[in-house]
Amino acid sequence: MVFFQNLINALQWGSFYALIALGYSMVYSILMLFNFAHGDIFMVGAYIGFGVSTALVSLAAMGAFALPGWLILVLTIIISMFLTSFVGMIVERVGYRPLRDAPRASAAITGLMIGIILETGNLALLGAERVKFPSLIETTTYDLGGVFVTNKKIMIVLVSITLSFALHQFIRRTRWGMAMRAMAFDFAVVPLMGVPLNRMAALTFALGSALAAAAGILFGVAYPVLDPYMGILIGWKAFVAAILGGRGSVVGATLAGFLLGFIEMFVPMIFPSTLRDFIAYTIVLLILVFRPHGFFGEAYSARLRL
Amino acid sequence: MTRKVFILAMVSIFAVGLVFFACGPKGPETIKIGINAPLTGDIPKVGEGTKFAAQMWLADVNAAGGIQVGDKKYKVELVIEDNESKAESAVKANTKLITEDEVLAIVGPQSSKQAVPAGGKANELQTPMISPWSTNPNTTKDRPYIFRGCFLDPFQGPVVAKFVKGEFGFTKAAVLYDVASDYPKGLAEFFKAAWEDLNGPGSVVAFESFTTKDTDFSSQLTKINNSGAEFLFTPQYYNEVALIVQQAHQLGWDKPIVGSDSWGSSETVKLCGKDCYGLFFSTHYAAAGAKGATKEFIDRYKKEHGYVPDDVAALTWDSMRIVQTAIENCGTITGDIKKDRTCVKDALASIKDFDGITGAMTFNADGDPSKCAVIVRISDQGEFEFYKSVCP
Repeated sequence: MVFFQNLINALQWGSFYALIALGYSMVYSILMLFNFAHGDIFMVGAYIGFGVSTALVSLAAMGAFALPGWLILVLTIIISMFLTSFVGMIVERVGYRPLRDAPRASAAITGLMIGIILETGNLALLGAERVKFPSLIETTTYDLGGVFVTNKKIMIVLVSITLSFALHQFIRRTRWGMAMRAMAFDFAVVPLMGVPLNRMAALTFALGSALAAAAGILFGVAYPVLDPYMGILIGWKAFVAAILGGRGSVVGATLAGFLLGFIEMFVPMIFPSTLRDFIAYTIVLLILVFRPHGFFGEAYSARLRL
Repeated sequence: MTRKVFILAMVSIFAVGLVFFACGPKGPETIKIGINAPLTGDIPKVGEGTKFAAQMWLADVNAAGGIQVGDKKYKVELVIEDNESKAESAVKANTKLITEDEVLAIVGPQSSKQAVPAGGKANELQTPMISPWSTNPNTTKDRPYIFRGCFLDPFQGPVVAKFVKGEFGFTKAAVLYDVASDYPKGLAEFFKAAWEDLNGPGSVVAFESFTTKDTDFSSQLTKINNSGAEFLFTPQYYNEVALIVQQAHQLGWDKPIVGSDSWGSSETVKLCGKDCYGLFFSTHYAAAGAKGATKEFIDRYKKEHGYVPDDVAALTWDSMRIVQTAIENCGTITGDIKKDRTCVKDALASIKDFDGITGAMTFNADGDPSKCAVIVRISDQGEFEFYKSVCP
């Protein structure tokens, strides 16, 4: 019983890692750099979701239109993904494009700077007070013989799996996806064949940021207290998931995100919870010692799989 | 010409000084009390509450003709200094109050950040000081001239244990706390010790922790759910309280959840919503459901200033009255400020069962009061309601 309860908890928690890890992974596969501002883009997405849903709720309350809560949530997710993708593109244009030929370390540092700018910018804009994400749908708890599941948990897991699958299909089946795969295959030669590098970079950032925004809103639904520094820790851990899945692998990042959720949830089942992260990340370290390229990464090759 | 003006100025300053000096030793007609409050800075609302409560007290005292010491009545004057919510300004304010204004006693500063250094200064200059709101043990530790108006952090552990035992008769407790933050960690440990004192070793069946910034507590709560605990104690701040309580309910927990004075913010109910209704926590004072003198104070404050006073105002009110009692108990005012200050200090230390609006107080050797805590119930309208008072 405890096992199943933890399984469900882990599925929800892993969903966030999976969605955020996809953004790290995609950017790495195209541009060979880790976007360390990604955790903060997740935060920005959550706040944009907060703004959009608050606006929709108050418009509905003023009688502009009558919408059920779940529809407002769906609209919030779609609008915020769209808006946050622009944030991602701006970050790429301002922060990364000028440094594309600079040493990789400079680009990585840029990511940290952008992260700090986004955090403190939000702090200046909205203050240090926590904001409450509006509860758009009522929580219903189902008791399945001692295992408790809520409608929100089911929704979060389904949405994140659907989005991961949609991204996978996009990369497999569309021309843009093909271009991305080609870029991942060879960063230097493919642009010479007529694939527009700048547009591909912008697209990658837009997709990653949209997924981060979706994660941010789902996060707000599950944990309705937002603060400007909420993206740092979860960003780092999702980065671990991206590495664990194998750099540049969509399937790998998704699976590793869930795996990380499972490890974090099941460790306190056996050990004291004070040691949770200590033991959980020791396990991750051990996995990387034996599989340094992650589960789906390829060893000793410039070729990276999408 | 300029030299003449200069000499004239010097002479007149000297003459004015002489006049003041001549007035000096005649014995004081008024008693000065210093207020060291954060009127500007990070927490101006705290400073405002301090000022309003002190002024209400002053109006009362002067309406009665002053403080009765022995057979003479002394008018009271308040000297209010702003400490800008900064440690160094609080020390400066204290130095000015003591050396320039020659106050008999000081009430304030409120937060421990200012009260700890300012208390050092007051103790060094041998002036009695009472901080209404500072809960850090260092404020009063080894400082005979420094007192406080509220209980200390560790005190709430036994209070909550006693309340739950008496109210529900439970024997198995669960604790969930932030292992990386001083206040919750300390309180969790004090609670555990007190609970095991009452119910024997092993009666805290789950002692689970997380670290600051965590948002998901489902694995800890699942463990707590299956530990057989009858209630959960979580001495966290309001943002974590909201998440913990909601997640507990979503995991099927329907037993009581109890907290500490860190819950006592209007943000708690704002973030937590209906999930927090009906829960209990321990604190200094509760506005809703207050009775007797406490209610009189609240009603009067509300009438004069338009809002319900928070715990700072209530504790300041009590501190002012404690100082008044100590001055009265002193017997005589000699006019020798050093002697009078020591007398007030000794009178403060020997106050027994002072009847305050935040509970009865008796100071221990450190200058910390042993007083009762208030258990607040979050009502079905989301208000903090007085439930009962629990004494150690």
